[in-house]
Amino acid sequence: MIEEVTQEVQVSGVTVTIDGTGHDIVQDIGFALGRGEVMGVVGESGSGKSTLALALLGFARPGATITGGRVVVDGVDLLALPEGRLRRARGRKVAYVPQDPATALNPSLSLATQLTEGLGVPRREALPRVKQLLVDVGLPGDDAFLKRRPRQLSGGQQQRVAIAMAIAAGPRLIVLDEPTTGLDVSTQARVLEMVRSLCRSRDMAAIYVSHDLAVVADVADYVTVMYGGEVVESGSDRDVLVRSGHPYTRALLAAVPSATHRHQLVPIRGRAPGADEARQGCVFAPRCDHAVDACSVTRPLLTPGPSGTSVRCLRMDEVARTSRAVSRAPSARVVGGGEEVFSVAGLNAGYGGRQVLFDVSFSLPRGECLALVGESGSGKTTLSRCLVGLHEEQEGVLTFSGAAIGRTRGKEVQRQVQYIFQNPYGSLNPRRTVGRSLAVPLQHYFGLTARQAESRVHEALERVEIPARLASRHPADLSGGQRQRVAIARALVCDPAVLVCDEVTSALDVSVQASVVELLRSLLSDGLSMVFVTHNLAVVRSIADTTVVLNQGRVVESGVTDSVLGNPTHPYTQSLMAATLEVPEATGR
Amino acid sequence: MNGNLSVLGRAMRTGQARLGLVLLSVVGFVVLFGHFLMPYAPDTIVGQPLADPDGSFLLGTDILGRDVLSRLLDGGLTLSWMAVLAAGLGVFLGCLVGLTAAYRGGAVDAVLMRAMDVLLSFPEIIFVLLFVSMLGRSTLLTSVLVGIAFMPGVSRVLRGAALPVVASEYVLWARANGLPPRQVLLREVLPGVTSPLMVETGMRLVWAVAAIASLSYLGFGIAPPAADWGLMVGENQDGLSVAPLPVLAPITLILMMALGGNLVAESVARTVGRTEGKR
Amino acid sequence: MSSLMTRVSVPRGGLSFSWLVRRLLLGVFVLLLVSVLLFLVTQALPGDVARIILGKDATAEQVADLRQQLGLDRSLVVQYWHWLTGVLTGEMGSSLQNGEPVVDIIGPRMLDSFALGLISLVLILPIAVVVGVFSAHQRDSAWDKAFVAVSSLFTALPAFVVGMLLIALFATSVLGVLPGVSNIPPGDMPWWHPAELVLPVTTLTLMGVMYLGRLVRASFIDAMNSEYVQMATLKGLSGRRILFRHALPNAVAASLPAASLVAAVTITGVVVVEYVYSYPGLGTAVVSAVNSHDLPVLQACILVLATAYYVFNLLADILSAMGRSR
Repeated sequence: MIEEVTQEVQVSGVTVTIDGTGHDIVQDIGFALGRGEVMGVVGESGSGKSTLALALLGFARPGATITGGRVVVDGVDLLALPEGRLRRARGRKVAYVPQDPATALNPSLSLATQLTEGLGVPRREALPRVKQLLVDVGLPGDDAFLKRRPRQLSGGQQQRVAIAMAIAAGPRLIVLDEPTTGLDVSTQARVLEMVRSLCRSRDMAAIYVSHDLAVVADVADYVTVMYGGEVVESGSDRDVLVRSGHPYTRALLAAVPSATHRHQLVPIRGRAPGADEARQGCVFAPRCDHAVDACSVTRPLLTPGPSGTSVRCLRMDEVARTSRAVSRAPSARVVGGGEEVFSVAGLNAGYGGRQVLFDVSFSLPRGECLALVGESGSGKTTLSRCLVGLHEEQEGVLTFSGAAIGRTRGKEVQRQVQYIFQNPYGSLNPRRTVGRSLAVPLQHYFGLTARQAESRVHEALERVEIPARLASRHPADLSGGQRQRVAIARALVCDPAVLVCDEVTSALDVSVQASVVELLRSLLSDGLSMVFVTHNLAVVRSIADTTVVLNQGRVVESGVTDSVLGNPTHPYTQSLMAATLEVPEATGR
Repeated sequence: MNGNLSVLGRAMRTGQARLGLVLLSVVGFVVLFGHFLMPYAPDTIVGQPLADPDGSFLLGTDILGRDVLSRLLDGGLTLSWMAVLAAGLGVFLGCLVGLTAAYRGGAVDAVLMRAMDVLLSFPEIIFVLLFVSMLGRSTLLTSVLVGIAFMPGVSRVLRGAALPVVASEYVLWARANGLPPRQVLLREVLPGVTSPLMVETGMRLVWAVAAIASLSYLGFGIAPPAADWGLMVGENQDGLSVAPLPVLAPITLILMMALGGNLVAESVARTVGRTEGKR
Repeated sequence: MSSLMTRVSVPRGGLSFSWLVRRLLLGVFVLLLVSVLLFLVTQALPGDVARIILGKDATAEQVADLRQQLGLDRSLVVQYWHWLTGVLTGEMGSSLQNGEPVVDIIGPRMLDSFALGLISLVLILPIAVVVGVFSAHQRDSAWDKAFVAVSSLFTALPAFVVGMLLIALFATSVLGVLPGVSNIPPGDMPWWHPAELVLPVTTLTLMGVMYLGRLVRASFIDAMNSEYVQMATLKGLSGRRILFRHALPNAVAASLPAASLVAAVTITGVVVVEYVYSYPGLGTAVVSAVNSHDLPVLQACILVLATAYYVFNLLADILSAMGRSR
């Protein structure tokens, strides 16, 4: 076919198999990409997107093997090359940008060494080229900078170095694996802009792997959606994200919050399949609202669908007929006027002798949700720990229910101000069953015995939509989302008045985040008050009534969420809003 | 995940651990029942010095003319209980100090760990010799001293293992909710360090055998004329070129004990490492 | 080898010159405490030290004389101060056994002991790196498995067992090629007697290589599994360059603290090994001083050994802190 010849990158049938079990981590992946074009590969954890990214360079992690497929770049099939030629093709034909440059750059070698090695020219000749590259990626191209070691750079700088390293040998394809995941939004925006312009100016194709739909929408020309190791939908940027034809893509989009407006987040029920499970039929069928009996038997093929994208779904015609209605949640929660339940006045706090919070004040009316927003280093975690009395170096007045609480707080205050942690994997004792973890506070606060506590435990688990039978399981048997719900349940059995939630959704996939946000929203309607600490403006928009913006330990703006995010007045908030990416909205059909 | 017994069980199913267990059982049999099987009294002279093995002395006689087999059968029990006591004491004290330091942090941590530094600057044999030279030798004192000498090492390992647990969210939750410190330490922190604790106990047992045997060999452990494997090596060293058995026989048993214990301890460590790694 | 454990003392807020100075000052402080402890144990334990030294049969007069000679009739603080200033100026009293100045007794013995330790260390470090890296590179081969098995045995064995087996093999009728007793005459330099050094050095080297080699192997395997080595592979670098330029320096750096610990343990391993071979060093001096209750010699020997031991421990701490701050 003539069209295929013009395409710079052609991937077909790529399959990676686990050595021991023979199960496929990714199966039969294929797509094509032209010069200067960017393909976004989207998937949640366990979708196999990182395995695919490595397979595109002919590499599989120990314990797995590439068992089939073609990766043709610039007329050469990388997977068919013998070891020696494949090695030479890496870097020159196809290059890789890792997720975490902090561990992927060698800590003991200078930048100059790491940037010039493998170019095939003497170091002296390579250096001027490398300096120009550094300037191209927005870094200083001088000798002093080149002498540095990776640890002397910030996260954003490290990622720029990794990108410069990838393009140094002039590859035709560059594979970026979640390159902005650890970065602040403003840094992320600049890196994305750089990736786009590099691809354009060098006429280089790029594959951008990410879990973040908004990032992919921003950077990519084409989007491939992966689920359970397969491509479920593929097509142009707008077609996939706006006129999506696969139920999974649609469900994912319905779960993504928006920073510009509040809408109801729809979680995906069930649990993503693991790589070590044998499957039959459509991978998404067990969680799909459109599934019929045939779906669990027949594996659908990736075929052009009615919406203009390639879709792997037996029922794509039916799916296309149902509208992707976005239900706007009524943002008409009555805000203000409630009596104050918790407040902070003139809070200063330090960490190891260095002041990190400066004169922070805000107050939380009963039954409302207040968001504390800030990037890394804003002091938001220190602040949340001050609120629950876990921080030593602090001064200022904290008031709960009208009474000031001192350094050592009473049992009553401890019970009523509950804290939920960012990391769901650490918040429960791994050696205790879920039920016994929940019984601990009941015993401590209400003097209940394990048996007396049981019904309260089951009640709380039901409230957070965890089946009571899981009470006898250990945290290791639970998914991240389930653990976070259990942590919420442990707070609920204390019968609290205020919940302090510290980045509770940042470690979760969007489909799971949606369910946790909706759960918290329902707790608000029950009358609970909440302080929600986060860096994610979209999540703020979907849950918070009022918002306090923190920058370098100071409150720069605060007020009703709709006005803070809708019409930010402080330059910092404005820049945050400008850097926050959005998934294009489905306007009509 | 569920309990440490399963980890132990899994560790014991490896071939390495089985070999270790077999070796330990053989030595254990000699230690426990040897006393009832010995043909002569272990501390009386019954023949010519350094006699070759024959019908009446299966392993020959030692440098003073005592029966080697009898001394061998009698010489493991004291060593064993001393090692168990020393390792147990060392692990208990070290655990106490390490967990307290990790949990309390700040000044308490600094003072405790500097104190451990002081103890640690005495190599353990020297530490024991120092006290033995002043207080006189006694088996109980020696094992207690070896235990104390182990304390700083154990406390450092356990403090290191406990720090991430103390900083973990579930312990923070317990502190934020004002659970009593003793309860937090025993119910939240301690279960989180059982794996390193098991590994440490195993290794310390092996090392306690080595340390106490060495002390006996130097003449500061079990006092003559009592029988002891380490002591036997020291006593008969000068006769080595004439009669190797009085030296090599106890060495073989010490070797089996050390190898067996180490095989078991290492396979536990490896199984624990794998299980933890999966989390 | 029981003192080889992972070290935990993380510098707060990175590593700086002032952190290093603080750490060193703390080291000096700890050494002072060591000397206090040593002093208290030897001179102030409950019970009459003079009586312990002289034994039950001594007359009250003899005991009183010795008390005065040792300065036991003065206050503890004065005694300690006197002792400490003596130590710092090289005035450590004289042996109770033969009246010789302690400095003259332990001086040559220090030389002998440190020669033994240093020669072993010089052998241990390169051999351990080569053996460890080779074993990791041939991971799961017969050689690697054998090395892991043997090294695990050696970590559990007391030094005297290893020494005795070497004597049985090389110094008795089996091979009979080396002297089993390393009696170096007073006044001679140890390296004048190479044959006498072979077995003690071999014992210490074997034990050190088995321990350190295994750690080098582990950290080399870690380095080869690291993300930066994966990245180097994805950059298309050659296997040789990945091995020697990317993995090896990091693996060796990661084993440095352990190397320092091995040095510390070698210094104390010297005690038992010297006794096995009757090598005239600090170790044999300690043993005979304990046996003869020769207090001044005992104090001096222990102080020297403990200081050397602590210095290497401190070095291990500092190296591993530097490693972590990278």
